[in-house]
Amino acid sequence: MPARGEAGRTGDWRDLKPVIDHKKCIPSVKNRSACYLCWLYCPEGVVKMSIPVEIDMDYCKGCGICAEECPPNAIRMVREGESDG
Amino acid sequence: MADVRILTGNEAAALGVKLCRPGVVAAYPITPQSQLAEILSRYVEGGEMRAEYVRVEGEHSALTVCISASTVGARTFTATSSNGLLYMHEQLHWTAGSRLPVVMCVVNRGIGAPWSIFNDQQDSLAQRDTGWIQIYCRNNQEIIDTIIQAYRIAESVYIPVMVCYDGFVLSHTMMPVDIPDGDMVRGFLPPYKPHTILSPEAPRTINSVLFPWRRANPEGVLCDGYMEMRFKLEAAMREARSGIQKASDDFARVFDRDHGGLVWTYRSEGAELLFSGMGSIANEATVASDLLREEGIPAGVLGVRVYRPFPRERVIEEARGAKALMVLQKGVSYGYEGCLTSDLKAALYESTLRIPVVDVVAGLGGRDVKAREIAEAGREAWKSLQAGKLTNRSLWLNCDTGEDHAE
Amino acid sequence: MQNNIFKINETEYILPGSRACQGCGLTLAYRHMLKALRENTVLTIPASCLCVLHGIYPITPVTVPCLNTTFASTAASAAGIAAGLAAMNKTDITVVAMAGDGSTYDMGIQALSGAAERNTDFIYVCYDNEGYMNTGTQRSSATPMGALTTTTPILTKEHSKKDFIRIMEAHELPYLATTSPSYPIDLYDKFVKAKRIKGTRYMHIYSPCPPGWMFPTKDTIRVGQLAVETGIVVLFEIEDGKFRFTGRSKTLAERGKKQPLVNYVSRQGRFRKMSIEQLNRLQAWVDARWNDYLRRAEG
Repeated sequence: MPARGEAGRTGDWRDLKPVIDHKKCIPSVKNRSACYLCWLYCPEGVVKMSIPVEIDMDYCKGCGICAEECPPNAIRMVREGESDG
Repeated sequence: MADVRILTGNEAAALGVKLCRPGVVAAYPITPQSQLAEILSRYVEGGEMRAEYVRVEGEHSALTVCISASTVGARTFTATSSNGLLYMHEQLHWTAGSRLPVVMCVVNRGIGAPWSIFNDQQDSLAQRDTGWIQIYCRNNQEIIDTIIQAYRIAESVYIPVMVCYDGFVLSHTMMPVDIPDGDMVRGFLPPYKPHTILSPEAPRTINSVLFPWRRANPEGVLCDGYMEMRFKLEAAMREARSGIQKASDDFARVFDRDHGGLVWTYRSEGAELLFSGMGSIANEATVASDLLREEGIPAGVLGVRVYRPFPRERVIEEARGAKALMVLQKGVSYGYEGCLTSDLKAALYESTLRIPVVDVVAGLGGRDVKAREIAEAGREAWKSLQAGKLTNRSLWLNCDTGEDHAE
Repeated sequence: MQNNIFKINETEYILPGSRACQGCGLTLAYRHMLKALRENTVLTIPASCLCVLHGIYPITPVTVPCLNTTFASTAASAAGIAAGLAAMNKTDITVVAMAGDGSTYDMGIQALSGAAERNTDFIYVCYDNEGYMNTGTQRSSATPMGALTTTTPILTKEHSKKDFIRIMEAHELPYLATTSPSYPIDLYDKFVKAKRIKGTRYMHIYSPCPPGWMFPTKDTIRVGQLAVETGIVVLFEIEDGKFRFTGRSKTLAERGKKQPLVNYVSRQGRFRKMSIEQLNRLQAWVDARWNDYLRRAEG
């Protein structure tokens, strides 16, 4: 039977978490649908094509692909437990 | 109105399959099954039978096609022999574990190495642990009738059924066969209703990995673990004994032919020397019993028709009056004894009957088994029994074992 | 590419929280593949990373029906689904077999060749992470020469990667395509196209695998892109025998220059014991095949 969290709360797998700087993120800057490469490349499908872009932290595994591929470098990978600032 | 034709076992089997109207047939040729596969393709290409015929590239794929076709809701059929059956071995377990009502004919043939194309039953006997129902046919009439019963059984208990018949001895030998009427067969077989359908209408992942422990579904309901599912197969196998008997009895009522159900007997009244066997060798034992009875030796036959689920209660019932059991089989569990012998002994152990059981391995690789040879072995056993000297032992019939024949 | 992103079907068919590794190339490819194929699809898969992604009973993250089968039999399982559906007159459902390289190149080759030769109406997808990754990254015949795996742990893989695409070409399929999760829109387009075609369609996904190939999980897209940039992976499709470059490979063929292979292998720990001789041999093979494809694209 299909359901979320088959492997549990996979957000617990993370060492590093993605933090988005919405002052750099293109959809937020332009205030319209644009870019969304993070949505395109996220293997888990936990990025929402919204303004501002949201990531489901319950299930984000912290792979770092979004940060690596973001064209304006709006995403940083920060140690879990450290502040987002 | 009877429709009697002179048919080989393969021809009878093909007609049986046609009458049951499977949606998908997948088969790979192997001696002595090949004619069965050929006749079915002739039916399909000639328009006599409406089925998807998948001319697979191997036996493993043949059974795989049946498994997945059955899972989407089609009635399926395949057939094989010998090394072909061995090649699909992992899929035998997969079919039974998936609880799919696939029906397969096994045209019994000896296994390599070394090669034999001739008859023995080692191929199907070696599959007795897979969770398939196994039925052994004595003659070509029984083949066509058993295929029809097999679909009824399989689709009611959700266990696959192997219909076994001896290669060349039955598959290529012509016998009179009364063909059941098509409409009556359709009445006897309700349409197949799968327990779980693979369909976009109800998306699910089927036969995924299971943990050793039980796990709850998204609604919090604790579901079966692997062991529970395996228990359910065994429980269904035990239940199937009555289902198989009922199918046989119902068939007898509708078609006026009774092949016995789980076991059949021949001159078992007062039989103190009881032969047992499966398939055509058990038939030969009936002729041997007649010969011995003429000499005053009270012989008879307990024919095991259904090998799995093993008919332990019926065996104990029918062996009650016996003073010695002589088990004939065309196979052996290396390092021990004939498979049927062990199973019969184990069944008797649950009763108070403690009689000598002679394990007779016969007919391997198509070695001819004559009724008079069986009678001679029976005669020797009877003499030993009368002298109080008969013990459990193994005897390889009509085989040069390098030992003295008289033992 | 910015415009094209919005043509992609927004529905997610893999619910979050799957058992797949962080940064898994297969997961990304599968995500976009299912978006292209949509709900009217039935899958069959063998024991594999994908099987683990599909979850432990009784839960699955995937919202499309799927039948598990044994390792050698994926294509035969699909053939049975296709036959069963045909027998029941349900011919509008897309039948997909999806297996890894181990189950395709090695144990599954017989069933696939048989199903393809019979032009079975299904899509066969091979996700090629170049090894038996689910069981602990052992080598398969898809592993490239010079790679370390757990069964080639010291001397590296001796033999070349089996040229499986050529084997499938020999079956005269109506459609054959190579794809990569690093180029999701190219992948999506090809699966949308494949869905509409009848007969046996073969789709190859070059699937970067962080643990097996030994690179950081954040580099999955980059490694896949370097594969195409260096020409060791070529994005193309063959429709009714006609060869066509697509996507980034098309651009490279028309006006670009391939990067040297060392740019690709140096990003991956599995190649750290690769000899210069092996690298040169592999470079020569990549170059020869590239030229061959250039010729085919012209002709």
